[in-house]
Amino acid sequence: MGELKATTTSILEPGQTSGFATTKFEALLAWAQKYSLFMNPFVTACCGMEFMAVSSPRYDFSRFGSEAPRFSPRQSDLLWVVGTIVQRQAPILKRIYEQMAEPKWVLAFGTCASSGGFYDNYACVAGIDKIIPCDVYVPGCPPRPEAVLDGLMLLQDKIQRGDRTPGIVKPRIDPVQAPDTALVQLRRSRSSRPPV
Amino acid sequence: MSVALIELVKINFPDAVLASHSQLGDDTLVLKPESWKAVARFLRDDPRSDMTMLIDLTAVDYPDREPRFEVVAHFYSLSRGHRLRLKAAVGDRDGETVEIETLTDLWGSANWLERECYDLLGVTFTGHPDLRRILLYPEFDGHPLRKDYPAEKIQPLLQYRDEPGIEKVAPFGVDEGMAFGRQTHKYGIAGDEDGPLGPKVITPADN
Repeated sequence: MGELKATTTSILEPGQTSGFATTKFEALLAWAQKYSLFMNPFVTACCGMEFMAVSSPRYDFSRFGSEAPRFSPRQSDLLWVVGTIVQRQAPILKRIYEQMAEPKWVLAFGTCASSGGFYDNYACVAGIDKIIPCDVYVPGCPPRPEAVLDGLMLLQDKIQRGDRTPGIVKPRIDPVQAPDTALVQLRRSRSSRPPV
Repeated sequence: MSVALIELVKINFPDAVLASHSQLGDDTLVLKPESWKAVARFLRDDPRSDMTMLIDLTAVDYPDREPRFEVVAHFYSLSRGHRLRLKAAVGDRDGETVEIETLTDLWGSANWLERECYDLLGVTFTGHPDLRRILLYPEFDGHPLRKDYPAEKIQPLLQYRDEPGIEKVAPFGVDEGMAFGRQTHKYGIAGDEDGPLGPKVITPADN
């Protein structure tokens, strides 16, 4: 219940072994929604490999409550658009989106789904937001699993606050706030590795 | 090395071969388009060539040439292990009538290859049983791999959403959209002023 207390106005009565918590109904509902995102993977391209990596035990986004895949859009809350969407697929994607029941969220996984990437040509849609509204963009070609987890947490953050403005996963170190540091730091310090 | 194969075709079709070259094992015959199918049939049926496999069939657009398009086919013989490339130039300058005979009744793989070639380059294969678009949608107008197709021209099958600023592509500017969500939380390292993760500086001692 620590999370519930931290993100709402709930009060845990002191001096009791069990106690009780008060909260707002919307906050409780959002808290339940953000940790039970049934997902519908719309996987079309190479980003699917990275999607599998994020869903497999090493990174494991089921830790964030986004575990159960539902291959029927009618049962899913979160549409993962993983990969390039061509013009011919656009009506299919829109139909999948329209079949999902409210409330629903969309996550654009990778540069192609976010903006079309380098496929600036006759065949491809320059970002799924041309077709359906999109909540979170995760750029990267493909994005690292950490960026995907950042996107998932960003979406949970948005759900908790009831915010539907588009969110973009920015680099771990925001160049606006820290312009002198490197954009991406892939190297880890040796001290963070387990002893061999 | 199938230089002998080129000579074989030249002997059997003295009027059909316009040019030939063999460079680094790439043996090529440039044919008259009228004899395209006859030579292909000969290459498949003659036991000395025995071209069992049609590897690829496509076309090239040379907008400054007349005829404008060059149909290219690659053959491979599984029994003899040799390869041959056939070319034939077809089509007028404006690309209205670009026609060549189909190879579908000789190699089954020619069916989809010719459909792709028709779809993207607009080459009409006469006698093809099912010549329609294979990759693009039927509503598409024109042939996108032609050099006169505008590079930035798109033909969306679905109307784009009616939203202000829909023509922009993500990621948007640094001042747009939502700030990085994790930076709104305060569960970072104690004393870290620059955000939850902070600018980690890699020092020589770390390496």
